[in-house]
Amino acid sequence: MQLNREDLLTAYTKMRTIREFEERVHKEFATGKIPGFVHLYAGEEASAVGVCMQLDGADYITSTHRGHGHCIGKGCDVDGMMKEIFGRHGGLCKGKGGSMHIADVGKGMLGANGIVGGGPPLACGAALAAKERKTGGVAVAFFGDGAYNQGTTLESMNLASVYQLPVFFVLEDNGYAETTSSDWSIGGHNPVLRARGFGIPGERVDGHDFFAVYRAALEAVKRMRAGAGPQFLHIEFTRYYGHFEGDAMTYRPPGEVNEERKFLDCLNFFRARVMSAGLLEAAALDNVDKDVEKRIDAAVAAAKKAAPPKSDDLTTDVYKSY
Amino acid sequence: MTKKSFRQALNEGMRQEMERDATVIVMGEDIAGGMGSKGEQDAWGDVLGASKGLLPKFGRERVYDTPISESAFIGAAAGAAINGLRPVAQLMFVDFFGVCGDQIINQMAKFRYMFGGKATTPVVIRTLFGAGLRAAAQHSQCLYPIFTHIPGLKVVIPSSPYEAKGLMIQSIRDDDPVIFFEHKAMYDDEEEVPDEPYAIPFGQAKIVREGGDATIVAIGRMVKFSSQAAAALEKEGIKCTVIDPRTTSPLDTTAILDSVKKTGRLIVVDEANPRCNLATDISALVAQNAFKSLRAPIRMVTPPHTPVPFAGELEDLYVPSPAGIQTAVTETVRYQ
Repeated sequence: MQLNREDLLTAYTKMRTIREFEERVHKEFATGKIPGFVHLYAGEEASAVGVCMQLDGADYITSTHRGHGHCIGKGCDVDGMMKEIFGRHGGLCKGKGGSMHIADVGKGMLGANGIVGGGPPLACGAALAAKERKTGGVAVAFFGDGAYNQGTTLESMNLASVYQLPVFFVLEDNGYAETTSSDWSIGGHNPVLRARGFGIPGERVDGHDFFAVYRAALEAVKRMRAGAGPQFLHIEFTRYYGHFEGDAMTYRPPGEVNEERKFLDCLNFFRARVMSAGLLEAAALDNVDKDVEKRIDAAVAAAKKAAPPKSDDLTTDVYKSY
Repeated sequence: MTKKSFRQALNEGMRQEMERDATVIVMGEDIAGGMGSKGEQDAWGDVLGASKGLLPKFGRERVYDTPISESAFIGAAAGAAINGLRPVAQLMFVDFFGVCGDQIINQMAKFRYMFGGKATTPVVIRTLFGAGLRAAAQHSQCLYPIFTHIPGLKVVIPSSPYEAKGLMIQSIRDDDPVIFFEHKAMYDDEEEVPDEPYAIPFGQAKIVREGGDATIVAIGRMVKFSSQAAAALEKEGIKCTVIDPRTTSPLDTTAILDSVKKTGRLIVVDEANPRCNLATDISALVAQNAFKSLRAPIRMVTPPHTPVPFAGELEDLYVPSPAGIQTAVTETVRYQ
């Protein structure tokens, strides 16, 4: 695994962009300017970026209700995303999808998904289409620990195994399905072993460690591209915010999030690793921080200034023709 | 032109579209049959044999037998459809939509709108429906009202072999998700069906017969029963228009309203259970838009609000009959 300076800067920029995006959405949500439900990805950045860096334009991902990080990882435009979350004209989905349904099909991002376990069957279909059309593409199904107990996910793992589809099942285990601990809800307490039961190889990695995720994803995607069929990855990490914005998180022990922000931060780990190895210097990383902050500032300002959707938009886009 | 069964018409429609367009694939439980088994391949050609022969012609690369796993493969059909294929997936019996409803109702139906018009999902879900085979409560329902209710889905219900072929071809060519209902008691019905491919457009009702005394709107197999009733009524001097909407979404409201404005009487015959079905929907349409034309109360002919029974005597009572339709029309025409 050789990451050059450019790769490292890309990885850091993407992770920092996700963090900054989510911290700003958190602040703006508190002012009441963002409607609906918002689920933040802060703390989980290494997963989306470490996995999506293995993908290219012919590859697909399906996402979850906590999907902003996956969008940024797969290259969606942050201005369009911010406008979408604000429900504005110019949003990636014209303000008709919102945070839970951000998608950019042209970029291979098949949608955040409001249904827990909604994505894996779609990822199977995307992989089947790639296989049938011989595009060489693969599909990644990101799903949470809650979705690992949904029939759709388990059926999809079986289907992908039976058809030997290039689907990468990425279990993002942030410890809580809403309020319920994943230690309790995943029967057998061994997600990797469960995947093996379907004939799908996989491993567990520390999701605070970008390099661990990157290495595991690199190998899995390489195996899939070589025709080895579906792969699995159990990423363990934490989320810094509640299930959704407004969640008081009383199910978490007092101080847990503060401790995690202090000791379990993928961005801090990344910084320390690349600096101590002499790969990137503080100034370069600081510059990224500043640039990203400006970019997100601009995205928020543009979203606030953007017009609301037109009333005609209410009834368009239901069908291609009707 | 030769006589073909409903089953043969479906088969021909699918086969001709697969020949025309290499992105069309078919998938489903036992859609060929025999996958992984030591015996005959293409053993079934789906549960009632409409896909028979597709496997030897197109191979396993385009004919996918699936595990019994509707959530996964109906969802995979949707995922493949937004990525360049035109899958025709069979949900064996529509009663089974309970195990994959999310992928139909929340995923494929919503992509285009939720994603701001950026997704196109040309998928066809073929599904068997309807009573008459003594298949009882979990294999006989008429659940098209549920799908008609969902924006983003198109709902197609052919009433004869000719309709089945033309509507199947249109469904495969259509760029939106289509739920295609096949009445299992009509599979052996026969009529003249052109050998060449043809597409019947959606949202254009078929006027099956014309008469000035009453308008009968009927769905699926009920078109046949209503035509039989109308033929018998004609001998008594009552002339009926029989309208087959062909698709319940989109619905040809113009054809229905225009006819009721001429006849002043409406009978809707629907094999779906009576609450919130197509009969109530079409009745509301007419009550709202052609109230002054009505010379008698609208009449709905439906089964009772019960599950479909098993015993033949009970199932025959359950399904609307030509005789029952005849009575309903006569009473409506004689209404003072």
